[in-house]
Amino acid sequence: MNPRVVALRAGVRRGRIEFGQTMTNAGELIGWLWLPVVALVVMYAFGDGPLPGVDFSLGAQSVPGILAMNAVFTGLMGLAMALTMDREDGTLLRAKATPNGMLAYVIGKVLGKAGLTVAVLLLMLLPAVFVFDGLEPGRVSTWVTLAWVLLLGLLATLPIGAILGAVFGNAQSLGFVMLPIMGLVAVSGVFYPITALPGWLQAVGQVFPLYWLGLGLRSAMLPDALAVAEIGDSWRHLETVVALGAWAVVGFALAPVVLRRMARRESGSGRAAAVS
Amino acid sequence: MQTNDNQRKPSVVDTRGLRMRYGPTDVLKGVDLTVGQGEVVALLGPNGAGKTTTIEILEGFRKRSGGDVRVLGVDPDEGDEAWRARLGVVLQSWRDHGRWRVRELLSYLSAFYEPYREQVFDTDELIDVVGLAEHAHKRIGTLSGGQRRRLDVAVGLVGRPDLLFLDEPTVGFDPEARREFHELVRRLTGTTILLTTHDLTEAEKLADRIVILVSGRVVADGTAAELAARIAGKAEVRYRLDGQEHVLSAADSTGYVRELFAEHGKAVEDLEVRRADLEDVYLALVRESEEVTA
Repeated sequence: MNPRVVALRAGVRRGRIEFGQTMTNAGELIGWLWLPVVALVVMYAFGDGPLPGVDFSLGAQSVPGILAMNAVFTGLMGLAMALTMDREDGTLLRAKATPNGMLAYVIGKVLGKAGLTVAVLLLMLLPAVFVFDGLEPGRVSTWVTLAWVLLLGLLATLPIGAILGAVFGNAQSLGFVMLPIMGLVAVSGVFYPITALPGWLQAVGQVFPLYWLGLGLRSAMLPDALAVAEIGDSWRHLETVVALGAWAVVGFALAPVVLRRMARRESGSGRAAAVS
Repeated sequence: MQTNDNQRKPSVVDTRGLRMRYGPTDVLKGVDLTVGQGEVVALLGPNGAGKTTTIEILEGFRKRSGGDVRVLGVDPDEGDEAWRARLGVVLQSWRDHGRWRVRELLSYLSAFYEPYREQVFDTDELIDVVGLAEHAHKRIGTLSGGQRRRLDVAVGLVGRPDLLFLDEPTVGFDPEARREFHELVRRLTGTTILLTTHDLTEAEKLADRIVILVSGRVVADGTAAELAARIAGKAEVRYRLDGQEHVLSAADSTGYVRELFAEHGKAVEDLEVRRADLEDVYLALVRESEEVTA
């Protein structure tokens, strides 16, 4: 059989194994769930005021945004952290010592984190539709939109995670990335409609995929009438596809280059030599 | 497959004048090293001698600064995945895949070798060979140091490699684990192995040939017996004369003792003659070479 096909399959297997490891480890699962749980609880407790101009609770409106934010934390940051940690413990070097191992490693990591992102999102969404009034789980379009938005969102954000994980030397330095991401959360209309921000901040928010992922998820889960709270009074599906698609194209063009450079540098005593 | 173009018989590892430089420091200063088919060669030397650097260059993990290197007939810098599939690599310290299970990891890894190798190791047989049968379903992170190392060797053997690298395989082992590990390596008869160690006894036990590397240079190369023969005849003579202790090294120890008795007769007490063993040879070589470089 073609060795690349073998590696591809092995990558899928790796993704499945690592996804299974996370899902069966209570401690780790709680680690991934606490942040969105806290965010949702806070919005449930304090978000009972109405959205300006519409008869709809602020809390329910924020659910898709929180899920989008968490998808970025789980997928993008999770992948970046996994890459730095795997470099520290030699997992990456092991992949390099195996024929076509690097290809399988990257495929496995991406699939594992993508699976985890979807699983965490569903684990949060299912209770949320019972707790928050006004979400629309009964429509077919809800789930169709959710599926394509999430897929595009993952394609747009996971390569960024891989690049960050390759560029940053260790898990600690990766912590600095959290700051700009928190800033991004603030300008991406996660908790409150982006239309409340000044125009230039709206422009900044619309450059990055988090805003578009959130917008897409809102369009999936919220009643159509709520589009009036968005820019242009519209869910802007076409723009969502273009924006997320552009991030995906750039990410998929850059990530292999950066990952290859990272792999080339990988050697057993590399870190030891750098330290001493 | 490529072979060497000159008259030497094709060897598995062949380096000529291998040099490595990190910044201003020369770590390898022209290393000539050959490993023949089926041979077990120990690269022996004190810490910082350049053993790991040498092995990482041969594995294709590190670009050399100069010299000619062939591993399985290929320059490691240009080794492709098919070349990589013929190597088994056991690096110094692995902590990877701690959450995977022993059998799971070995079975996962063996798939990669199937397109390249006529026959890969059967996973269960391999687990047996390294003596991990009762731990096959354990999480790797829960293995003891010795078990973990045996797993590392299993990983190195998955594709039935033409050449196996073992870098400091028993560092941090207790004597029991060390003995078990040595038995494991000896069971791998027929596999070409290049191992590094700073433990002389280990080199003597495992290797057909010992190459001593000090400060980036090969200072000796031969079987344990050949190396010992380099200062054979020289022996340490120890005795007490009139209550005073004397120690000296003599080339002709028998002659020296004969004269000693002729001169002092019964006044000589506690006579002890000890032939130089491999350890003395090794220590002498290291001392000499380090003095030259210093």
